[in-house]
Amino acid sequence: MATKASRSAARLMISPAVLLLLGWMLVPLCLTLYFSFLRYNLLQIGATPFAGWENYYWFVTDPSFKAAIQNTLVLVGGVLAITTIGGLFAAILLDRPMFGTGIIRIMVIAPFFVMPTVSALVWKNMFMNPVNGIFGRIATSLGFQPVDFFGQIPLASIIIIVSWTWLPFATLILLTALQSLDQEQLEAAEMDGAGWWSRFWFIMLPHLARAITVVILIQTIFLLSIFAEILVTTNGGPGTATTNLTYLIYVSSLLQFDVGMGSAGGVIAIILANIVAIFLMRMIGKNLDA
Amino acid sequence: MARAVSNRTKVANTAIAGALGFLMFFPILWILFLAFKTEEDAIRAPLEVLFGSGWTMESFATVQARSDYFKHFSNSVIISLGSTFLGLLVAIPAAWSMAFVPSKHTRNVLMWMLSTKMLPPVGVLVPIYLIFRDLELLDTRFGLTIVLMLINLPIIIWMLYTYFKEIPGEILEAARMDGATLRAEILYVLTPMAIPGMASTVLLNIILAWNEAFWTINLTASNAAPLTQFITSYSSPEGLFYAKLSAASVMAIAPILIMGWFSQKQLVRGLTFGAVK
Repeated sequence: MATKASRSAARLMISPAVLLLLGWMLVPLCLTLYFSFLRYNLLQIGATPFAGWENYYWFVTDPSFKAAIQNTLVLVGGVLAITTIGGLFAAILLDRPMFGTGIIRIMVIAPFFVMPTVSALVWKNMFMNPVNGIFGRIATSLGFQPVDFFGQIPLASIIIIVSWTWLPFATLILLTALQSLDQEQLEAAEMDGAGWWSRFWFIMLPHLARAITVVILIQTIFLLSIFAEILVTTNGGPGTATTNLTYLIYVSSLLQFDVGMGSAGGVIAIILANIVAIFLMRMIGKNLDA
Repeated sequence: MARAVSNRTKVANTAIAGALGFLMFFPILWILFLAFKTEEDAIRAPLEVLFGSGWTMESFATVQARSDYFKHFSNSVIISLGSTFLGLLVAIPAAWSMAFVPSKHTRNVLMWMLSTKMLPPVGVLVPIYLIFRDLELLDTRFGLTIVLMLINLPIIIWMLYTYFKEIPGEILEAARMDGATLRAEILYVLTPMAIPGMASTVLLNIILAWNEAFWTINLTASNAAPLTQFITSYSSPEGLFYAKLSAASVMAIAPILIMGWFSQKQLVRGLTFGAVK
């Protein structure tokens, strides 16, 4: 029923969005690529000569790059493990019949709406501070030595903070998926004598497989870009103990003003994110009936 | 066919789930308490804080007096509402045309729009920063509004698209048969059906823009700083600050918490791009 006129009208309606996104993607992307091959530091006034692969070479061979990659993997992996497994159990728990479902669900989901800088500072000061924090108080009152979270286990501390934010996300999505599970199927299995574990393993888990994959992929995209939590708690330290790739690029470009180096790091970050994105896009594309 | 569940099972479930809910919500609850304490009381042992001290509003007043809190609060409001409004302006026609006049490119366009969201922000930090510096957009509300509009545009378009898709085409045809003009069709048939979807899109986008903490921190300093950036001034605090940090935090998260409660379902749809419904 679409006529030629309505087609061209449709094209006109969509073009502002396409042009804006195209500009937003292409211009900075090309500039990042271009800068990454220049010897370009904002502190040095003058020429910005072509540098070949120099920036990439120095960025990759720097010891902090290796640390940053390791930290990124541990951070993403740690948060994914906690939130996916925890979210699975939380979702199953919240799906059961109970009193006050609405209010309990809201309490579990609330952390997702707390801005990253607030959650990081609240955890750092009110909970993880060895003297005045609640964890420290509890440890002291039980006669233990309080843990100095950001001194002794800095990366684990950040994993805890970030997991607190993302556990609700995983829970919410898995709960939504769980609610679309046919209850009669579960009842039939139960009547046939299937125990809780086999119902979980053979019915719930396969039903949730797709949602779990989506949770993992989407979280990975966001977790690769963790920044604010690190900035306000540890500034990437002690040493490079909590520097992830995003933070390392931030340091070289906006703190050391090394545009060339920062851009080379940016290109590497884009490539890494794309590896995940390809899988995610495929999953989403399958579901799209356009 | 709901299964009969004994009250005992229900009570047991409620207890376990309630414990989980309490644990997850506790940090928020805690700053809500601390915000109404004096600084001296706020660092006392947890039980003393709860039962052995009075309540006061002084931290809220201090935060406002010391750092002009409402300037940053209004920056957050302006930037998140502004970026949402601009985003809608661009996204509604785009989503509309893709949903109602699909072409063979629609699928690819949608997927490509989604791919722009996968670009890690740090990958384009340097050029955006330099462009902003040269255009004198650093630390301006206008610049930040534009950036937040652009980073959330794919999500807005996708959400609107999935909502528009659910409006059955038969209804439009029926209206046309009854002699409705295009104007009447859009005004009286499509719009009322699209409003719930648009409202949830707006809600989710405001939440995302309000909490965005990469561009807001890197592109602002003081003038245009929204709450995400403002709170970072407490990361190297002087003296006693728990009550003040709590007061500032409570005010920063309260509006979004309330909006979030209304948008749980839409959150799933928006953040999974329709992959989980």
